Amino acid sequence: MSRSASDLKPGEAGIIKGYQDNVISLKLMEMGCLPGETIKLNFRAPLGDPISFDVAGYSLSLRISEAANILIE
Amino acid sequence: MSEKKFERIALVGNPNSGKSSVFNHLTGLNQKVGNFPGVTVDKKTGYTRLPDGRRVRVLDLPGTYSLYPRSLDERVVFDVLIDTLNEDYPDVVVVVADAANLKRNLLLFTQIKDLGIPVILALNMLDVSTNLGQKVRPIQIAKHLDVPVISINGRTGEGIELLKKALSEGFDVSKQPVCDISSFSPEVIKAVQEKYQIENPYRAYLYAQQWRFLKHIPALERLEIEKTAKEHLFQNEFYQSKETINRYKYIDKILEEAVEYNVQESRNLTRKLDKLFTHRIFGYVIFLFILFLIFQAIFSWASTPMDFIDWSFSELASFLHDRLPSNKLVDLLTEGIIPGIAGVLIFIPQIAILFAFIALLEETGYMARVVFLMDKFMRRFGLNGKSVVPLISGVACAIPAIMSTRTIDNWKERISTILVIPLMSCSARLPVYTILIALVVPKHYVFGFLNLQGLVLMGMYLLGFLMAIVSAVVINKILQTREKSYFIMEMPLYKFPRWKNVGLTIVEKSKTFAFEAGKVILAISIILWALASYGPEERMQAAAQYVNDNYDISELSDNEIQDKIQAYKLENSYAGILGKSIEPVIEPLGYDWKMGIALITSFAAREVFVGTMATIYSIGSVDLEDEATIKNRMKAEKDPKTGERKYTLPVAISLLLFYAFAMQCMSTLAITWRETKSWKWPMIQLVYMSVLAYVSALLAYQVLS
Repeated sequence: MSRSASDLKPGEAGIIKGYQDNVISLKLMEMGCLPGETIKLNFRAPLGDPISFDVAGYSLSLRISEAANILIE
Repeated sequence: MSEKKFERIALVGNPNSGKSSVFNHLTGLNQKVGNFPGVTVDKKTGYTRLPDGRRVRVLDLPGTYSLYPRSLDERVVFDVLIDTLNEDYPDVVVVVADAANLKRNLLLFTQIKDLGIPVILALNMLDVSTNLGQKVRPIQIAKHLDVPVISINGRTGEGIELLKKALSEGFDVSKQPVCDISSFSPEVIKAVQEKYQIENPYRAYLYAQQWRFLKHIPALERLEIEKTAKEHLFQNEFYQSKETINRYKYIDKILEEAVEYNVQESRNLTRKLDKLFTHRIFGYVIFLFILFLIFQAIFSWASTPMDFIDWSFSELASFLHDRLPSNKLVDLLTEGIIPGIAGVLIFIPQIAILFAFIALLEETGYMARVVFLMDKFMRRFGLNGKSVVPLISGVACAIPAIMSTRTIDNWKERISTILVIPLMSCSARLPVYTILIALVVPKHYVFGFLNLQGLVLMGMYLLGFLMAIVSAVVINKILQTREKSYFIMEMPLYKFPRWKNVGLTIVEKSKTFAFEAGKVILAISIILWALASYGPEERMQAAAQYVNDNYDISELSDNEIQDKIQAYKLENSYAGILGKSIEPVIEPLGYDWKMGIALITSFAAREVFVGTMATIYSIGSVDLEDEATIKNRMKAEKDPKTGERKYTLPVAISLLLFYAFAMQCMSTLAITWRETKSWKWPMIQLVYMSVLAYVSALLAYQVLS
């Protein structure tokens, strides 16, 4: 079972290795979530969702369902 | 040097890149907001003078992350840049890039460069980038990309002159593409190039990638492109991901040489502020406090300028009424046109204040945090975190609010938001609420400091919001869609607001309101005046006779006789006849024919309620009324059957509910039509809201009385 970006803990980082869904991966790649890039979970919204990440030198917020498409190692 | 002089400039950039500041610096107040054909995406154009003395056109395109659009706003950028014959197709593009976030900002830049349009890279926010411990070398970037690179500061305007100089001098266009797409189905690219005589291969490749969005090509030809692509196994998604990866690889190579990163992490301020603003308790407390502040500002700061506008127009009307000869034309001016214009202008202080706040929240980066905080909550009701801003804007006016839903890229969430926005109590309801509340709610203080009337007023706003949420849930149950909802949002760094941008937003939004809504309100005022002033000939002429027969004239003063005659005339005017004809329908709600007239006219725009009441209770009267005396007149109004006060608590509450829920604004329906490009949605909006209004007013009146 591989981990996804939504499994990270606040402050924890992972390296992107792929995606689960094709369509959303195109958008995520445009936004700088590329394979090999480090993605760090910053903090979660008070209701647990969405999540704020640090990636490619800026902050990006994703819903859990979106972050779950980013596979990390 | 190239021979051709640049005449048409387009600004392109990522959201949050400071593009609008650059646009404001280039054009100042010399800008105009229009629409792109077919969509209501704001098209901001302006003019700037170049050092060589030429005046050139500048077009500010919506912010986008790439040439593969997600939302309507983003699609406009694609529309304009893909079609060389588009009326807005530029001679040169200035890509404004956030230097502190260069990697992602350069992706769009490389795509535009590969389209073969002359392009200048304007590096913005170098100061922010320096503060983050980065050292950017523009010369290295220029060398690699083979394009002019200009350092600018959108905050101070530094570098704008250099940018203008580069634009006036012109430059050679680099033909070397960043991303080599020649291996992506060359047959398809070649076929498209030949068919549409496109020189640039990347442009042809984008035709094949996004044939669906090629607005300038007939639908049948688009299917033709699809067919060709399918025949040659054109792999859209695979190519797009390969393209993105290749571009980023190239960008990484440039940045390796052009940017020096210091390890030191210095987003401290943003980190600290985020801890506070997205805290699970304080985050919401602060958000509510900001909302409270906005409400307070809208109601208290705006009251003085509003009173002033009200006062000056009524003074003007009575001045003209006294000085000009008494005839129908003067009556039209003083009773129809002037109050009509006043009815439009009076909302401008509130709209200006609301948009000042919205612009401030967006400028500082706080708005993205509101979206972040509210997304999960709003999703429960079938809305999106991005629906929060339009809903808040709906408190000022549904028109700009509906226009601001374009940032929501999911169709269903956008439609739901549009449909429920008019339930938010807009500023046009405010005068209706104020006058009705003043009639029936005592000026009482709760706990010694909370104004009871104010509390009821706040309750009305809350009621509107709750109804909007409930309706969204119902709409969500009915609407079916397979489209996925995306969130994916950049969280910009917190920044100090640029006041010039805030100021220009205020001017632009107020102007839009005054002209868009103003036309309708003014027209209705004039029509209403005519309907209330004229009636069937024989009935109007019988007025004096009627008063003579039914009253003891010797006991009445001349003024009182005149009032009686006018009252009879009004009852028998076209407006009166109209009001009486709907009386059976509205009687169960507790309304009489006079309110009926107000209801009918309010279906054009609800703000005419008070004006209508003023007209109905004052037409022909010697004194022109102000609101306080309209209130007194309404208070004195008796029910002809019972002889009791007409505006009792049940009637007032029934009216309040009706105005809170009814879809009484033609401009809103028109904007919904324009935004959804279908009559279906405005009709649904009109019907569901009218039913809601009627049923709740009926229930309230029947239960309470």
